[in-house]
Amino acid sequence: MRYLPHTDVDVQQMLDQIGVSKIDELFSGIPEDCRLQRPLDLNAAGSESEVLLFLRELAEKNSKVSDWDAFLGGGAYNHFIPAVVDQLVSRSEFYTAYTPYQPEISQGTLQAIFEFQTLICQLTGMDVANASMYDGASACAEAVLLTIRAGKKRKKVLLSQALPPQYRETTATYCRYLDIELVDIPLQNGLTNQAELQTMLDDQVAAVVVGYPNYFGQIEDLATIAELTHASGARLVAAVPEPLALALYKSPGELGADIVVGEGQSFGIPLSYGGPGIGFFAVRKKDMRVLPGRLVGETTDKDGKRGFVLTLATREQHIRREKATSNICSNQGMCVLMVSIYLALHGKQGLRQLAEVNYAKASYAKEKIAQLKGFSVTFPGASFNEFVITCSEPVAALKKRLEQGGILAGISLGRDYSNLENGLLVCVTEQNSREQIDRLVSALAGGEA
Amino acid sequence: MISTEGRGLVLNENLLFEQSQPGRVGYSVAGLDVPAVTPDSHLIREDISDFPELSEVDVVRHYTRLSTWNYGVDSGFYPLGSCTMKYNPKINEVAARLPGFTDIHPQTPEALNQGALELMYNLQRDLGEISGFPAITLQPAAGAQGEFAGMLMIRAWQEARGQKRHKVIIPDTAHGTNPASSALCGYEVITVASDGILSKEAVAAVMDDDVAALMVTNPNTLGLFEADIREICDLVHERGGLVYSDGANLNAMMGISRPGDIGIDVMHFNLHKTFSTPHGGGGPGSGPVGVVDKLKPFMPVPFIVKGDGGYQLEYNCPQSIGRLKSFYGHFGILVRAYSYILSMGGEGLKRASELAVLNANYIRARLENEYDLPNKQRSLHEVVFSEDALQNDCHTLDVAKRLIDYGYHPPTIYFPLVVHGALMIEPTETESKQTIDEFCDALLAIAAESKNNPELLKQAPVRAKVRRLDETAAARKPKLRWERE
Amino acid sequence: MDFPEELKYTEDHEWVLVENDVVTVGITNFAQDQLGDIVFVELPEVGDMLEEGKTFGVVESVKAVSDVYAPVAGEVVEVNEVLPDEPEALNNSPYEAGWMIKIKLADPAVLDGLMNVTAYKEFVEKD
Repeated sequence: MRYLPHTDVDVQQMLDQIGVSKIDELFSGIPEDCRLQRPLDLNAAGSESEVLLFLRELAEKNSKVSDWDAFLGGGAYNHFIPAVVDQLVSRSEFYTAYTPYQPEISQGTLQAIFEFQTLICQLTGMDVANASMYDGASACAEAVLLTIRAGKKRKKVLLSQALPPQYRETTATYCRYLDIELVDIPLQNGLTNQAELQTMLDDQVAAVVVGYPNYFGQIEDLATIAELTHASGARLVAAVPEPLALALYKSPGELGADIVVGEGQSFGIPLSYGGPGIGFFAVRKKDMRVLPGRLVGETTDKDGKRGFVLTLATREQHIRREKATSNICSNQGMCVLMVSIYLALHGKQGLRQLAEVNYAKASYAKEKIAQLKGFSVTFPGASFNEFVITCSEPVAALKKRLEQGGILAGISLGRDYSNLENGLLVCVTEQNSREQIDRLVSALAGGEA
Repeated sequence: MISTEGRGLVLNENLLFEQSQPGRVGYSVAGLDVPAVTPDSHLIREDISDFPELSEVDVVRHYTRLSTWNYGVDSGFYPLGSCTMKYNPKINEVAARLPGFTDIHPQTPEALNQGALELMYNLQRDLGEISGFPAITLQPAAGAQGEFAGMLMIRAWQEARGQKRHKVIIPDTAHGTNPASSALCGYEVITVASDGILSKEAVAAVMDDDVAALMVTNPNTLGLFEADIREICDLVHERGGLVYSDGANLNAMMGISRPGDIGIDVMHFNLHKTFSTPHGGGGPGSGPVGVVDKLKPFMPVPFIVKGDGGYQLEYNCPQSIGRLKSFYGHFGILVRAYSYILSMGGEGLKRASELAVLNANYIRARLENEYDLPNKQRSLHEVVFSEDALQNDCHTLDVAKRLIDYGYHPPTIYFPLVVHGALMIEPTETESKQTIDEFCDALLAIAAESKNNPELLKQAPVRAKVRRLDETAAARKPKLRWERE
Repeated sequence: MDFPEELKYTEDHEWVLVENDVVTVGITNFAQDQLGDIVFVELPEVGDMLEEGKTFGVVESVKAVSDVYAPVAGEVVEVNEVLPDEPEALNNSPYEAGWMIKIKLADPAVLDGLMNVTAYKEFVEKD
């Protein structure tokens, strides 16, 4: 086997040194009745060419979005990834390293995380960001737990119904046995209903959680929601499923959010069937010590030279065990790099320009579809690169029809929102050409795709 | 030939933000083919203040240079105990980057991504065969999330049969994630002392009708197989509890012993340990969970089933603990792990476990006269020394730092907590006798240095990018981001 | 290692200075030495009511966390505002600049349960 370097001579010499005659004796600590008495029923070892051939066959049974006119978003976004990103993250000094517990030989990872923390703070308008969480949904759940820890006995959390369903469901899983009451905030025109919110807020509410943009691609009035939330002494959590929007729209930090979490997949991470992505997590200074996850800080070495270390580790499970701020142990290291490289390449101008292109293309599609007979744009408010349309024909049949023409038209909303049974969530990014959008529009209208 | 001689070129590299030049760009966005429009001005933000402005070359050099300050498995021997830093095969990276795997959207209809679902289905099946569990979920994002999922299933099962139990028993050698994951499920943690291995008596003393589960790691963090595990499982089951096994150390057991056969009810896998997916400088990991039949109804959604119409994502599970993350686990990592299983085959996996154990025992035999070995039982894939044999006020930390000067990544230190100044070495199977010999020579040389020239240990490392860093200052006045002065 | 004569001590390695019905509380030289460089201190708020034996704060070093327990029951009447910014005072001056809180005693009788310096020295040697 090509990964196992031992020759027969090596094995014999090692056994001699240990003082046993065969490898099996090394397993004498395992009682006989705990042993597997047969070989594993798996495939035989495959050569590199065989394995790759087989995997290629599986890969070819999938539908690449690049082969389709794909208008799918809903928490995973099809953005172009510059060649530089994969070239750099393929440097194995990065990806074959472990968590940077030995800072002297991990300064590459540590500096990259420190820069990532800074980029996330700048983008979200916040003070402190951690080294990342699993994804947007689990980061949202962890944000809710933070507000309970910091909320001085407040046990209720209000979740906007327009928060992505995956975020709401994941949050419910995390809170399942923790004596936390999760309550949905109803909607009005695809936005969190502020009047309802006001009546729901009381001195038991630890947090209000809204999407920004929300699941329907709508831009919530965070400033007003923040004001209401703060008046009742609760924290506002803004959950950002499409952070490219933050290059165009005001940052949640600027609008008063106390915690900003979200999904960073848009920034240079392949779709990969939904994972791995990366959760980002940013807070105000006051919550620095109740943050979950890893943090990198700046310090100096014995000679006074700048260096970086993991810090404030006493929050974490390996020290505080059952009293830790979270059980999380890893961060999304490799994805941290992808995001940082992507953001560094695009920089101040590029990210804004890309966000404007997304907005313009989605606006073009929205306007064209609004003019179609049998279709309407469901919500009137500002959106980013996603929007909801109401269809006069059943969505399932419509999608099937468009599929025949090579179009993945969007995501049906009926499963998660019973009042949007005819709703379709359409996403348009810089990857969708005008021709693609025109084809979508004409196919919706019933013409040739 | 071991040596601390040599030269290298280690250059400084400022932060992205410090190199930024107004107006410089490293991107090219395709021209706009639709009319330019912008949202209402009151919604729009100003420029992202201090966001970097760099050229493509700037960015490439920046990260290339940063990478040279790192040490990975590809740089050299990385015997980090409990972390299973085995070689990360390159074919896995190629496989995970096949466009048919990277360029597929999670919201595409299932019928159109049958290859991805088939891969996941096969991986579920293979992990089931390796572990002896009839049901596997690939959802959890990492080992800790796998633990959380497993403990949630235990609680859901207990409650479904009308049992409101409040406690979980965890040995003192456990990873910190075990108590933290239990606490997330609302459980109180009862710590039980183990003397090398966990005894039936120790468990019996704390096992009562309020205990929902026992959480063990097998082999444990001392590298010892829990020899009484069957009896312990029986005991816990008799009192209505379940047994969770942390699969962090599965690398010692493939093809040799299956947790599902010996009484364990739930176990998580760490694909980034046992199944060779890269640690990525901290992640992403992947933590599938195997369960016995009675826990199957409680698995997180979705999971993959094979029906008449092909492979499907199953959501219709009324007793499920729910969703753990946005989509279907860390698919890109699952591809790598599956590629590894295909490459190794059943026999290869068993051979890997055998050689991992051989390597660890060989290190033990070479070092046990110079380093103190508190637990003398036959150990498996890792060996844990204490600092008690070190001279001249040298400690485990000093040994670790001195190893850096010799060109090695240090072992895990100060864990498990039950060993004084633990030095926990896990070589894995992908290291050759020659590599291990050189590493042992270095550790022996360091033991001699601690007697004759302890300053070499105290001052170490002197050959890395930076010397020892002031962690106290970092924690007292945290500076967690760059800001313009 | 110094342990002032005029103080009382607890098994949790805290010292107590009694002045009428107000006691000042801190951690002993032994405790700070065991913890190593202290990087963070969390204290209660003035007005909080403490229960004897229950935690009132946290002391952290880089790699360890230690709860601090109320040696007596009573109301917090003053906290050392300087500590959160200068946690090193606990290392450099555990008995003076590093004092943590002042408690107004609910019941003076409980002081009888505390150790004097001789008893505490013996306790530390055994520990």
